[in-house]
Amino acid sequence: MTNWNINLTQGVTPVSHDIYDLHMTIFWICVAIAIIVFGVMFYAIIHHRKSKGAKSAHFHENLWVELTWSIIPFIILTLMAIPATKVLLHMRNTEHSDLTVKITGFQWKWQYEYLDNGIKFFSNNNTPFDQIYNKSPKTADYLRVVDKPLVLPIHKKIRFLVTSNDAIHSWWVPDLGTKQDAIPGYINETWTRINKPGTYHGQCAELCGMNHAYMPIVVIAMAEKDYEAWVIQQKTGIIPSTPAVAPVKTTAPTAAPPAPAQKMTKEQLMPLGEKTFNGICAVCHQQTGEGMPPTYPALKGSKIATGQLPQHINRVLFGKMGTAMQSFKDQLSDEELAAVITYERNAWGNNTGDVVQPDDIKAAKAKGPLPE
Amino acid sequence: MNIKRWLFTTNHKDIGTLYLILSGTMFFIGGMLAMLIRLELFHPGLQYFQPNTYNQMITIHGLLMIFGAIMPAFVGLANWMIPLMIGAPDMALPRLNNWSFWILPFAFSILLSTFFMAGEAPNFGWTMYAPLSTQFGPPSTDFLIVAIHLLGISSIMGAINIIATILNLRTPGMTLMKMPLFVWSWLITAFLLILAMPILAGVVTMMLFDRHFGTSFFTAAGGGDPVMFQHLFWFFGHPEVYIMILPGFGIISEIIPTFSRKKLFGYTFMVIAIASIAFLSFIVWAHHMFTTGINVYAQIVFMYTTMLIAVPTGIKVFNWVATMFRGSMTFETPMLFALAFVCLFTIGGFSGLMLAIVPADYQYQDTYFVVAHFHYVLVTGALFTIIAGVYYWLPKWTGHYYNETLGQWHFWLTAIAVNLTFFPMHFLGLAGMPRRIPDYALQFTAFNEIATIGAFILGAAQLIFLYNIIMTIRGGKHASAKVWESSHGLEWTVPSPAPHHTFQT
Repeated sequence: MTNWNINLTQGVTPVSHDIYDLHMTIFWICVAIAIIVFGVMFYAIIHHRKSKGAKSAHFHENLWVELTWSIIPFIILTLMAIPATKVLLHMRNTEHSDLTVKITGFQWKWQYEYLDNGIKFFSNNNTPFDQIYNKSPKTADYLRVVDKPLVLPIHKKIRFLVTSNDAIHSWWVPDLGTKQDAIPGYINETWTRINKPGTYHGQCAELCGMNHAYMPIVVIAMAEKDYEAWVIQQKTGIIPSTPAVAPVKTTAPTAAPPAPAQKMTKEQLMPLGEKTFNGICAVCHQQTGEGMPPTYPALKGSKIATGQLPQHINRVLFGKMGTAMQSFKDQLSDEELAAVITYERNAWGNNTGDVVQPDDIKAAKAKGPLPE
Repeated sequence: MNIKRWLFTTNHKDIGTLYLILSGTMFFIGGMLAMLIRLELFHPGLQYFQPNTYNQMITIHGLLMIFGAIMPAFVGLANWMIPLMIGAPDMALPRLNNWSFWILPFAFSILLSTFFMAGEAPNFGWTMYAPLSTQFGPPSTDFLIVAIHLLGISSIMGAINIIATILNLRTPGMTLMKMPLFVWSWLITAFLLILAMPILAGVVTMMLFDRHFGTSFFTAAGGGDPVMFQHLFWFFGHPEVYIMILPGFGIISEIIPTFSRKKLFGYTFMVIAIASIAFLSFIVWAHHMFTTGINVYAQIVFMYTTMLIAVPTGIKVFNWVATMFRGSMTFETPMLFALAFVCLFTIGGFSGLMLAIVPADYQYQDTYFVVAHFHYVLVTGALFTIIAGVYYWLPKWTGHYYNETLGQWHFWLTAIAVNLTFFPMHFLGLAGMPRRIPDYALQFTAFNEIATIGAFILGAAQLIFLYNIIMTIRGGKHASAKVWESSHGLEWTVPSPAPHHTFQT
């Protein structure tokens, strides 16, 4: 499946079309200038060479020639600047939008929040480690799949509010003609209007740390009624971490979650914990639990993971300020949190024997962060 | 060999040689990193390096090539050639000159030692964007900051020395408008260095304070601003880009007339063009930041100023072509590199013009299109001018001609490989591949394979260059004072090799 695509996508939005047209216009202007300049240069190289007996002329300055080749490029540039300015003013105008989605970059995942209807979820890379480390063959959608794509209606002006939780990221989907840096402390605005239903791919464009390459973006654009159905599906009972529309495969547990009060056994917790750890935590702390000190500390034999349980729960739930350790209390379910902490306390020789229940998580959440 | 001679030397030729040796060393280390980067990118998936290691390699590759290879090479050429070209006995401030150089080996030792520290080398790209560098950077970031301070001190002192030399030590009768263009280009570059480097020093100092002393210049949570980092960095960074190309313009303006056997066309406009580019370089910095969400009218202004740079740059290219036109050309190695420079740098200029168009930049920003663009202006631009300059002046330095056959082999292999390496990167960027990633989707495989093959040929070809230089130092056909049939200027009036002391009064 060798891909020899050499040009920019025309995309599926009015802005991406405008950009493509500008891109091609400038390109052809450059080609025309190149043909003239290199044409003269190669004419001289071929005909005005000493081996052909060429004798050098003596001219070495001419004011009018200089002025001509200063003014003509200036005029060409002015002609290029006019359409560029028009397109720019149009693409920066975020007024009169129909729908707003807040996009937050995290190391290394995206969070989407539909401000108009309260839907909110994380979107993680869904290419397995085995493919990345060449232990199993790469599928055609390698680094092009997420567990939960962004779903958008077509023919609507969608406003994006883009920000970040940690380092600077950049949300880029070429087919939408949308790229916007996600900067902590800033809420940047951009917008799109998708004309064609389909699945569109992109990824983080700004170096944001170790797993910058593993922040894919998948956008599914659908007709408005399908979108409305998706919204209703999202809001009625189905837990947010389970995809309702699943055109891509998913790692989220498909079984209905256990009832909140039910005690989970260590045998139930450990496999779920391992799965959650390898999917979310291992990008920093590594599957071996050895981390990459000092930036990403080891959990194997660590003070937190083998020390007092409340401190461990606190760290996972609320994160640590000023480090890459995020707060996971809203990213994972209580079951997943209980499972992953149980796993961390019993894997890699951390044989504490502790078992954490979803209720413990609930209680810790209610109590809030412990003092440092 | 007497170590003390090299440690304590105040001779401009010795110091020029030291700079060039340092530059060559850094070029090969940086090149080795580039090979490793391309090796990892040969196929999708993680083959040889962890992502964190990959990020360290791109960071150090960038820093070494910019501060270690390109800049010291130009300073080395300035040290060797400016006194010879203006008929001065030495640089104006010889002891400062010695110090400027000897800071550098320490700075680069510090920089390279970060690979062996706990937490390893800086991993946030040579642009050091906050908060990635301030909040998430490894402990070795502090060593990077110290190294950059040393580099800055060295550059500023070097620049002061060059300005003092050019303004005070010209031989009687050599007015400013009679100076060779290489000297003009360096005079202007030196002012850029003095204006730009202190900004960088300020930025990295603010980084240091954010990291250790509780300030939050670049942290939004403390009232600071991550985008301010980018404003400050690029206020240094864009003039820096021209610091790395203007002396190259000067070299090309020496070489093309020599091998065209015709006087440079439009000398006055060439000087004005360099000065205009230098001025414009200070008012275009935000074109590196078009997707950060800066105000739309700021985008428009920076788009216009950026496009304007095409005018003086165009003038230079037109004048070089006009110099060749109706000349009597021959194609020795320096001329071949100069001609390749004119073509390929112009291609880099075209992609630069495309990048200036803000709406299109939204698609190009942070992709391999940008990587292709700046390698065209820095490799086939700056590096080609340095290689051309080395071949051009090597007979003057050593008293021997280099091996022309090897030079031609070096040129053709380099010219083909460099395009094989960097041209497909345009396609990759346009097709949607971001820069600074160790792993990519399968659709980008084909062009990455080609780029990697090109990079290895490019790397191997530079060994021919190294071999040729070493053999020329050790022997070869004796060179006359004039060296080239149609060379003009004071440097060609002294014997080859140039004696240790020239133009003494």
